Amino acid sequence: MKLFYGTQLPNPLMLGTAQYPSPAILEQAFRDSGAGVATVSLRRESGAGQTFWQMIRDLGVLILPNTAGCHTVKEAVTTAHMAREVFDTKWIKLELIGHTDSLQPDVFQLVEAARILTEDGFQVFPYTTDDLIVGEQLLAAGCEVLMPWGAPIGSGRGLNNAYALRAMRAEFPDVPLVVDAGIGLPSHASHAMELGYDAVLLNTAVARAGDPAMMAKAMKLAIEAGHLSYQADPIEARDMAEPSTPVIGKAFLS
Amino acid sequence: MKIVLNGEPREMRGETLSDLLQESGFSGRVATAVNEDFVPSSLRIAHKLNDGDRVEVVAPMQGG
Repeated sequence: MKLFYGTQLPNPLMLGTAQYPSPAILEQAFRDSGAGVATVSLRRESGAGQTFWQMIRDLGVLILPNTAGCHTVKEAVTTAHMAREVFDTKWIKLELIGHTDSLQPDVFQLVEAARILTEDGFQVFPYTTDDLIVGEQLLAAGCEVLMPWGAPIGSGRGLNNAYALRAMRAEFPDVPLVVDAGIGLPSHASHAMELGYDAVLLNTAVARAGDPAMMAKAMKLAIEAGHLSYQADPIEARDMAEPSTPVIGKAFLS
Repeated sequence: MKIVLNGEPREMRGETLSDLLQESGFSGRVATAVNEDFVPSSLRIAHKLNDGDRVEVVAPMQGG
């Protein structure tokens, strides 16, 4: 598995911490998913922050703070600085939202913010689209990881454009790539790994499932299956049938 | 002095960002920004606030 800014992930699942029915279910989901990375955010302190922080620390996973909800470079950069201090990590999942309905990244501001943060010593995980040129620009800005969307955040639609994600894998063979957002089912997560992605980041699919812990385990198994499949060099699909049972030696019975 | 703390108008007695955090009962892991600029914790004690300043105090929260 590729290194993420020099760090080996325990496994290819990054799991969000939002929207669980209770803190106990969140903990159970993390245990059952085996996720090695937890995404977190910063919000105005209302008293709940310290308890949450204690619980996340007890999970013993790597922390990836986000800049969720930021719409400008300035906002995202300030949030990243606050996150670095609070969570004591250089890692930042850089989100720069450009569209209210689709939560599509504003890739122009994303590249600018990525450059500013990288120069300031951050290790940026950019939430981006599957556009290859944007990917190139992000790498030129200093990013060493790319996180293209599978589908809009929380939509559960899976990989909307598997062709583009495959092209991205081929274009950046040495860059750690993560499908971030849009995963709804274990088969979607498996699909991402079958394309050769290095990790999957998801939240809603687990947190909002009827049984989050069971879904967390399903995601873990699907990601492992997809990862093994990629390594095993699967066959090409074909249009015509090809008998798998030997034809030679068949008894003549008609 | 009147400032805006996390979107709410507020009267404060002290002078610095550090004073404000203490007056408002904030403790533990928080990060601060004044007028949209990050203020590191090490500079809070020296950061004098002005009338009308907008202060944000944030803490760890669930996220995706």
